[in-house]
Amino acid sequence: MTDLLILGAGPAGMAASARAAGLGLSVVLIDEQPRAGGQIYREVDRVSGPRGAILGADYLRGRALTGALAHPRITHLGGATVWQVGAGPEVFLTRNGQAERIAGQRLLIATGALERPMPVPGWTLPGVMTTGAAQILLKRSGLVAERAVLAGSGPLLYLVAAQMVRAGTPPLALVETQRMGDLLAAQGHLTGALRGIRDLAKGLGLLADLRRAGVRRFTGVRDMAVLGDTRTEGIAFTTAKGPQQIACDTVLLHHGVVPNTQIPRSIEADHAWSDHQRCFAPVTDAWGETTVAGVFVAGDGGGILGAQAAELSGQLAALQVACTLGAITTGDRDLAARPLRRALARQRAFRRFLDRAYPPYSGGLAPKDDTVVCRCEEITAGQVRAAAARGAMGPNQCKAFLRVGMGPCQGRYCGATITELLASAHRQTPDQTGAFRIRPPIKPVTLGEIAAMVAASDTEAET
Amino acid sequence: MKPVFRDLTPDRPRVTIRFGGQALSVPEGETLAAALLLAGIEAFRDTPATGRPRGPFCMMGACYDCLVQIDGVTRQACMTEVSEGLEVHRVPRPGDADD
Amino acid sequence: MESDYIIIGGGIVGLSVGWGLLRRGLSVTVLDGGDGSFRASRGNFGLVWVQGKGLKQPRYARWSQGSAAAWAGFAAELQDGAGIDLHLEQRGGLDLHFSEDTLDATVAQFSALKEQLGGDYPFEVLGNNALRKEEPAIGPKLAGAILHHQDGQANPLKLLRSLASDVRRRGGRVVTGVKVTEVDKTDLFRVICDTGAEYQSRKIVLAAGLGAAALGPKLGFRAPVRPQRGQVLITEKLPPTLRLPSLIARQVDEGGIQIGATNEEVGYDDHTTPEGLARLASEAVAAYPVLGRAQLVRSWGALRIMTPDGLPIYQHSATMPGASLVTCHSGITLAAAHALFLPDWLEGTDASPDLEVFGEARFS
Repeated sequence: MTDLLILGAGPAGMAASARAAGLGLSVVLIDEQPRAGGQIYREVDRVSGPRGAILGADYLRGRALTGALAHPRITHLGGATVWQVGAGPEVFLTRNGQAERIAGQRLLIATGALERPMPVPGWTLPGVMTTGAAQILLKRSGLVAERAVLAGSGPLLYLVAAQMVRAGTPPLALVETQRMGDLLAAQGHLTGALRGIRDLAKGLGLLADLRRAGVRRFTGVRDMAVLGDTRTEGIAFTTAKGPQQIACDTVLLHHGVVPNTQIPRSIEADHAWSDHQRCFAPVTDAWGETTVAGVFVAGDGGGILGAQAAELSGQLAALQVACTLGAITTGDRDLAARPLRRALARQRAFRRFLDRAYPPYSGGLAPKDDTVVCRCEEITAGQVRAAAARGAMGPNQCKAFLRVGMGPCQGRYCGATITELLASAHRQTPDQTGAFRIRPPIKPVTLGEIAAMVAASDTEAET
Repeated sequence: MKPVFRDLTPDRPRVTIRFGGQALSVPEGETLAAALLLAGIEAFRDTPATGRPRGPFCMMGACYDCLVQIDGVTRQACMTEVSEGLEVHRVPRPGDADD
Repeated sequence: MESDYIIIGGGIVGLSVGWGLLRRGLSVTVLDGGDGSFRASRGNFGLVWVQGKGLKQPRYARWSQGSAAAWAGFAAELQDGAGIDLHLEQRGGLDLHFSEDTLDATVAQFSALKEQLGGDYPFEVLGNNALRKEEPAIGPKLAGAILHHQDGQANPLKLLRSLASDVRRRGGRVVTGVKVTEVDKTDLFRVICDTGAEYQSRKIVLAAGLGAAALGPKLGFRAPVRPQRGQVLITEKLPPTLRLPSLIARQVDEGGIQIGATNEEVGYDDHTTPEGLARLASEAVAAYPVLGRAQLVRSWGALRIMTPDGLPIYQHSATMPGASLVTCHSGITLAAAHALFLPDWLEGTDASPDLEVFGEARFS
């Protein structure tokens, strides 16, 4: 049996694979994409020349991680869709149209983050995407949106805008929701953040690039809405100077990312709400082990700390797995962990500053009644509030009433919003309100693929 | 419609696919979602609940907005790579006649 | 705070009874559990079903038939109040058989019951060809089916939502997120919840599903209910694919194909299992090959409320007069009976249905 199954070939999963393999463990690294990298280092091995320059040095450093996967004890299963995870641990996945089951001694979930849902009027229109999506289009496909507005808050907006500038297609504008007060309040965390001064300087450098390129910036924005009937035609918002409108073809939304908790939720690992990150994250010990024994979480899936921290938490999990499987002593483990923890503390301090300086857009956390919050079933915030008044205390009763979270995305892009809406309606905390219960399949799988797996196991049993 | 995205490497080898019966010349090996966007198609399907148009949103296999149908199976365009002759259909709506 | 009735349990059964009482002008307080409670009302299959029920107890068959016959009127009135289409369809339902033997055996049982019911049991037996004319999606592996014309389906979640909404509209008080800890009676019943809140009433209906096992004895009931797990699958929304509901699959009004259900004695465990999913998928594809291409989007497990003989329990308390127990595993089928007929039984009117065979005496 494989020692360690790892779900997700982003920075956490790749770093954990290399570390675990280096300590003598056998690793199966499972990822949805055909090639390793995760979303942050998507296609890093295939990007060449000018596109590499556009994406920048921070992106290209991902090559060290993908390179380290060429290890005889690491099996990388790309193009694999995981649809169920069980105690054991075991993983059910589909690859090339075939369903299969893989068991391991330990499991590391490194499935990263999702964009925080940003329900604003018109966000379901064609032409509205997440800012992360724009970056994936650039990394994977070399595509840049021609008449785009970036809207929301957070450093990713600056990074993507700067990449668009370098690609020769600057965005029309940055429409930012954070206020000066947020930045001032964040300065309380600056002592910690100064340890991440290099990142901060980089952020300021990006802003200077944008100014030079003539990209317009609006801050402290509220009442944001995407305009258009069947496609995106523009964006409307209000600033201190009054209502504004910008005509555009593409709106790229972003107000932070949140842990992708689908898999840990599906195995009923405990989760807790983080007030400062405004999201649920799995409860773990210092090594990333969840409340389900033998199952670990590393990277942004355990709490948003960024790509560099993901490598560190991935390695910490690998050390603990190696230790519990007898490959290294606790002394070796602790010695190896010390520099990782120090580096992680620096990342954490810097993240606190960012979280405070770029809070989520309040209008996207508590949307107006007529705004769609569940994209799949097209349910509005007003309907959710009405369900709360009819007795839906938590997301699961709300789901039964309204079908929120029942569509193919399985609540990925409405779960956080539903919890916040209900918590606010009932004056409860998000922890009291709870989250959608996640059941298999974690991702849709055809009935034929599952049925074929039964047929195959029946044949095995007969022979 | 004119594509709203610019291709930074326009001189790539191309293949021909069909989307809803329409032949499209798209970059070889590209994701289907990116290929359709480059072909000027932004709305890939109409939603089952209200029939409103939808296109790609997350590009990472999480939102299920870019659904299309290939060989009778619903697939995510952002998770599918194009190849010569790929036949892609719009996902039929529950209200559509089954014929 | 005092009302004519306190109903313990805000699922389909409790709300149906409450709705029926409100409709008679009685005042009602419904006490309901939390978001994570075991809730059969959120997990059931949505059949309004007659065939196969009461093979050993014709009164149960008749009770189900009576409810199925009253469903259209019940749905119309509820839809009027809540404004939600329940998508009731009663065009018959199928019991599919992969083997001639099981088909023949079932036909024999149905024929015997039909005789006991004086001929009111309209079913026909379809061979594979006839079946495929009725339901074109059927595959070649099926030996045949029984088509029962009194069967049908409705949207169970819309029923739940409609009841939750219309009970309130009619002036019912619904308290959610509470657990009943104590019940006593002097002149009035007094119900105490874990929140510390107290409620008083003239009468009590215990409709707490599996919760009746613990609360029943406090009110003088045996309430021998146990959980039986059913796992259910649902696909993406598809264009019209299945015409009639069957015990293997039905197409819901939103377009998804619902596939179910397992019958498992696993205690208070409502998880799905890889084996359960696989078996359901495999059976559905064998019956309807076209489903092989359908994407499975969700699965769930829910706990049926089973009695030792599978029949409902309707029992007035001997030790606490005014308390009644109502429990069953067919809350959707019986919703109409619970809303329209049970109020007479609870109030002891001349129109009260004879429910003696459903009493707890049968367990002694």
